[in-house]
Amino acid sequence: MYSKKLMKYFKKPKNVGKIKNADAVGEAGNPLCGDIMHMYIKIKKSTKNDWLKKHIIEDAKFETLGCGAAIAMSDRVIELIKGKTIGEAEKLTPDDVAKGFDLPKQKIHCSVLGIEALKNAIIDYECKYSDIKQDPA
Amino acid sequence: MSKIKEQIYFDYAATTPIDPRVKRVMEPYLDDKFANASSVHSMGQDSANAVLKARDTIAGFLNCKANEVVFTSGATECNNTVFKGVSEAMKEYGNHIITTKIEHPCVLESCKYLEKRGFKVTYLPVGSNGVVKVSDVEKALTKKTILVSIMYVNNEVGTIQPIADIGKLIKSFRSLSSVPRFPIFHTDAAQAVNYLDCDVDKLGVDLMSLSGHKIYGPKGVGALYIRKGTLIEPLMHGGRQEDGMRAGTLNTPGIVGMGSAIQEIKKTTLRQAQGGENQENKRIKFLRDELINKILKTIPNSKLNGDKKLRVANNVNVSFKGVEGESLLMLLDGEGIAVSTGSACASGSIKPSHVLMALGRGPLESHGSIRITIGRFTKESDIKKLLAVLLKAVKRLREISFF
Ligand code: FES
Repeated sequence: MYSKKLMKYFKKPKNVGKIKNADAVGEAGNPLCGDIMHMYIKIKKSTKNDWLKKHIIEDAKFETLGCGAAIAMSDRVIELIKGKTIGEAEKLTPDDVAKGFDLPKQKIHCSVLGIEALKNAIIDYECKYSDIKQDPA
Repeated sequence: MSKIKEQIYFDYAATTPIDPRVKRVMEPYLDDKFANASSVHSMGQDSANAVLKARDTIAGFLNCKANEVVFTSGATECNNTVFKGVSEAMKEYGNHIITTKIEHPCVLESCKYLEKRGFKVTYLPVGSNGVVKVSDVEKALTKKTILVSIMYVNNEVGTIQPIADIGKLIKSFRSLSSVPRFPIFHTDAAQAVNYLDCDVDKLGVDLMSLSGHKIYGPKGVGALYIRKGTLIEPLMHGGRQEDGMRAGTLNTPGIVGMGSAIQEIKKTTLRQAQGGENQENKRIKFLRDELINKILKTIPNSKLNGDKKLRVANNVNVSFKGVEGESLLMLLDGEGIAVSTGSACASGSIKPSHVLMALGRGPLESHGSIRITIGRFTKESDIKKLLAVLLKAVKRLREISFF
């Protein structure tokens, strides 16, 4: 059912876990299947107000009660965003993530779970540090 | 069966391997005994005789007459024939059908099809133990009820339904009714044949669906028991095979295989009838209980789905909190262990199992369930290996989830 590449990510996900003092946490749930995803991100803050460009995702981890595809694709999401700025991470699409994985049709929604959790984490970050964002200096 | 050795197979409810004895009996009919059982020449009559013999064997097993057995392509065809054939033949008498929420999709989809055509279907609930209540059947019966269809053993959680009691209820309902032969009572016995008494008179059923590939026979063959006098239309029209009840060239190798598979089951039950114990079923039941007990004991937050006692000898269905069923299935598969999941995730749809939902399990619990079904070729060492691997896999997935 799943491609070799997907199985590799499923069997040995590299980014599973919690980040204790994460800068932001995002959650996402899939109402169709009931699966849940948590994503933790750690960000290298910049005091500059150039919000989207300077804040870099240093580390990220996920936890999920999800299917094999959800595990693999969330791991892939993190692989893609590590070292990227928030602005870049925000632009990530399901197609970017699923490329090369040959997801079965009924499993495409599973790849969205990780992206949504990431986006919610970014929103969380923006809310928490809105003072940085609005800093006129 | 070399495949089964390197991979340990725990999915007997999905399908069984062919018993080597069955295969041997079938082989000539895939080979030089290929003639059409409807042909008049002696080669054809050879095939016809083989079919006759299989039919007699099955009739003996069901305690019915040989001409009450109709060969089909499997249980799905049987069930479709029952729903479409009975509703068509009886539409003048009523439009109400009773079934349960936990039936096989081929029953539920046939019901949906009939609902679109004006029939009313009552889907009976089951208790949290996965068993239907006879009193609920009684309450649902009306003068317009033409068909009651309740599976003998549920395919997901293995619960045994009180078919004989429902049979009695229907008989007494009929005796009070002005049209004494209604409603017609059907049971899908596909998951029951290996382990339970399928005497149609004891059960009080008019129709019974059987499948070849769940009983160590070949795929693509099934049998429908039709009590004499039951009003039912055929699904397939064409030649006069099966007295016009099912057109299409007889699947001689399949039918011979199914007969032989039933013969093997009969041997074990015969010993039982003579006062001996059914060693085969006893052994399987023992392994199953060991599996259930050890899982519940060694894996915290695990839960058995379906009644512990009213349960077919070979079924284990468990939910693990904080674990998603498909991920678990895949991890086990990676270790060479084949199980199945209640969450339909793996099979295309992503909705949680309708059976577990009917048992009152929430979507999360339904999602974290796997079905382990054992059988004739399961060894004690297989169970040990499964337990060890399962323990590790559940632990691993709980690390990934936030359990
Ligand atoms: S089926 Fe739920 S995330 Fe894949």
